[in-house]
Amino acid sequence: MHPRLELRNISKRYPGVVANDDVSLSIQPGEIHAVLGENGAGKSTLMKIIYGAAHADSGEIYCDGNLILAHNPAMSRALGIEMVYQHFALFESVSVVENIALSASSAFNLPSLAEKIRELSLRYGMPIDPHRQVHDLSVGERQRVEIVRCLLQAPKLLILDEPTSVLTPQAVVKLFDTLRQLAAEGCSIVYISHKLDEVQELCDTATVLRNGKVTGTARPKETTSLELARMMVGSKLPEMHVSPAAPSEKPVLEVRDLSAKARDHFGVDLKDVSFNVHGGEIVGLAGVSGNGQAELIALLSGERRHGQGDAIKINGTPAASLRPDERRKLGLAFVPEERLGRGAVPSHTLWENAVLTAHRFGTVRKGLVDRRRAAAFASGIIDRFKVKANGPAATAQSLSGGNLQKYIVGREIALAPKLLLVSQPTWGVDVGASAFIRQTIVDLSRAGTAVFVVSEELDELFEICDRLLVICQGRVSPPLLRTSTDREEIGLLMTGRTMGKDQTGSSSVALQD
Amino acid sequence: MELFTAIFTGTIVAATPLIFAALGELVVEKSGVLNLGIEGMMLMGAALAFWAVTAGYSMPVAILAGALAGAAASLLFGVLALTFLTNQYAAGLALAIFGSGVSAFIGRGFGSDPIEALHGVNIAILSGLPVLGPLLFRFDPLVYLALAMFVAISWFLYRTKAGLILRTVGESPQTSHAIGYPVIRIRYMAVLFGGLMAGLAGAYLSVAYTPLWVENMTAGKGWIALALVVFATWRPLRVLLGAWLFGGMTILQLQGQALGLQVPSELLSALPYLATIVVLVLISRNRQMLALHFPASLAKPFRPAG
Ligand SMILES: Nc1ncnc2c1ncn2[C@@H]1O[C@H](COP(=O)(O)OP(=O)(O)OP(=O)(O)O)[C@@H](O)[C@H]1O
Ligand SMILES: [Mg+2]
Repeated sequence: MHPRLELRNISKRYPGVVANDDVSLSIQPGEIHAVLGENGAGKSTLMKIIYGAAHADSGEIYCDGNLILAHNPAMSRALGIEMVYQHFALFESVSVVENIALSASSAFNLPSLAEKIRELSLRYGMPIDPHRQVHDLSVGERQRVEIVRCLLQAPKLLILDEPTSVLTPQAVVKLFDTLRQLAAEGCSIVYISHKLDEVQELCDTATVLRNGKVTGTARPKETTSLELARMMVGSKLPEMHVSPAAPSEKPVLEVRDLSAKARDHFGVDLKDVSFNVHGGEIVGLAGVSGNGQAELIALLSGERRHGQGDAIKINGTPAASLRPDERRKLGLAFVPEERLGRGAVPSHTLWENAVLTAHRFGTVRKGLVDRRRAAAFASGIIDRFKVKANGPAATAQSLSGGNLQKYIVGREIALAPKLLLVSQPTWGVDVGASAFIRQTIVDLSRAGTAVFVVSEELDELFEICDRLLVICQGRVSPPLLRTSTDREEIGLLMTGRTMGKDQTGSSSVALQD
Repeated sequence: MELFTAIFTGTIVAATPLIFAALGELVVEKSGVLNLGIEGMMLMGAALAFWAVTAGYSMPVAILAGALAGAAASLLFGVLALTFLTNQYAAGLALAIFGSGVSAFIGRGFGSDPIEALHGVNIAILSGLPVLGPLLFRFDPLVYLALAMFVAISWFLYRTKAGLILRTVGESPQTSHAIGYPVIRIRYMAVLFGGLMAGLAGAYLSVAYTPLWVENMTAGKGWIALALVVFATWRPLRVLLGAWLFGGMTILQLQGQALGLQVPSELLSALPYLATIVVLVLISRNRQMLALHFPASLAKPFRPAG
């Protein structure tokens, strides 16, 4: 039998880098195959070549034994190949169902497609409302849309480029069930992830890339994650050092009874949110995405302003009604969850992107951009955070996903803020670089910065945070000390239940007098 | 009553060329392309249609010739802007100037005699109705075509898959490319359609509205059409209303001049332009709506990656 997909000697170079260097691999029908590698190893490029969104300089692609020549994504879909992009391929100005209709082969009938989406997404544990506009969706919700869009087509070969980076743990479990079932029906799956435990749980085989070359293959289920990590990184993993926090006397960030109506009827109202973050400590916000995180972050960063100025205080100054740049003057730095678009301007160079937030750092003088300083500032970030990029003049969109994330986090940390607000700090970042980013955040806080982290990854929060808050339906729990809580307690709070007091009703009815 | 009928029908007729040109440009801009050359394409259409009539061709053929002349001119823009990725502002302005020059050149031999204008329709019972007949059922066929185009374009943009594809290409050609749509080809079709409509608008001017040839007879209507699209926040219904508003003001100021108002006639002539823009600016202030309908990739050159 022919393999479902066979790549022979694929090479691709971009200015300044060889993204894929003589890559060969083959995948059988029904096989779940992982492609592993550091940030910038060339994984996404290889997937785009398979899907026809990019073209190899040399090499051949065979699907079911047939050579595929000069194809494009539309032809790939006709062949039964579907792909979830790392940087989502969704249109913001139209609704979910319209987005999906654009890549569906079925007749253009929105109501019936919407019904199918609703039903299928529920079945897969990734509920989405087909009539919402994509620009209102959080990145987690967008990821669900991407996945559901592919599953709807009953593919023969499914390419998933970091599909779980912003999915909730529950959704991941369901997704894996679905993927296994698809594989059992003969669909081949190419799976890319930096989360090695997922790879071990799901994948039959793995190909490891480094600097564009295949450096090995493995059977993840029979290999330890340490070994896998070593194959990827090629050196030993850095170790985390978290020294005890020494919180400042006065809080740097004070949030008092912050209530706000959702911006649209799909959002979540914030209800009486109160918490403090002191200098020198890291406070984490756990919660399932779509429970008010987006609203809270928008209010804290200044993207949205609040009428009652003292609901948020930064270093004692009422800040809730200040503009983002005024808050930045008070020492705030902010890493948004959306990298392209809000975190960086895709078509601009890295140094221009640095100027956007670092203009008080000597990169802008008397209203003029000092290019040399800006470039030096950008180079500094590139070196310190080991960003793989073709220098400060590379455009943001030419960076691999993880490298752009490293650059944006690096840019904000380099500002030496008094208050750092960061959302999904290690989204799509490889194991080595994640450890480095986390360590840098810890070091920053120990040097006196107040850090507020929003993340859906509990492991990450438990690794770096001193105190944890849980958000559920717009309410924020009282702070919990990391050392005196556990995953179970947080998990329960995330679903809106508190220990010992079940509020969901049905299951506790029998216990009531 | 007669005055009202005159003002009403005058308004509808004066708005017709704007409806054609602006709806065409709306489709072009929805695909993310900015063609500033409407004025030039209209003039080409006007000249060709007028020539066809004087050369003895029938009305429908002349109108078709005008439309095709507009499309041919837009093809020039398309090659520059879409294939060679020239700056779209520059290519559009060049087309505007080019069209005005070429049309003047074609029109040198036309003389200044008027031709017989396009006739109004005569629909069995309807046109003969007492009040409604003269009010609604005696226009020339192109007036009805313009309205039909409005309905068709609204339906196309918001109810069909092809319209959805067009709009999303205008939002993000990168994403369209990533999911497999031929962005350049789609944009070419939009540009050609825009040219066709601008050509029709021009033809309407020279064979129906003022059936004679004058150099630069569009008198800035192409630019007004352009402004209409922007201030109508890229929505067909607002384009239509804006065009009627402009038509209405044009007719009112003509009536004003006829009545001998003590206002300089230059000022009166400027009134429709001024009033249309002021009203449209006022209604287009809602930022959120603007962001929702604005084709995000407008005027940005696109080259497929890979
Ligand atoms: N359009 C482009 N122009 C220039 N360089 C590019 C382009 N796309 C990718 N590259 C470069 O090719 C290399 C491989 O990128 P790729 O996106 O394939 O990495 P990746 O393995 O997916 O990394 P990550 O885990 O961070 O997503 C990187 O060095 C990147 O900068
Ligand atoms: Mg990638």
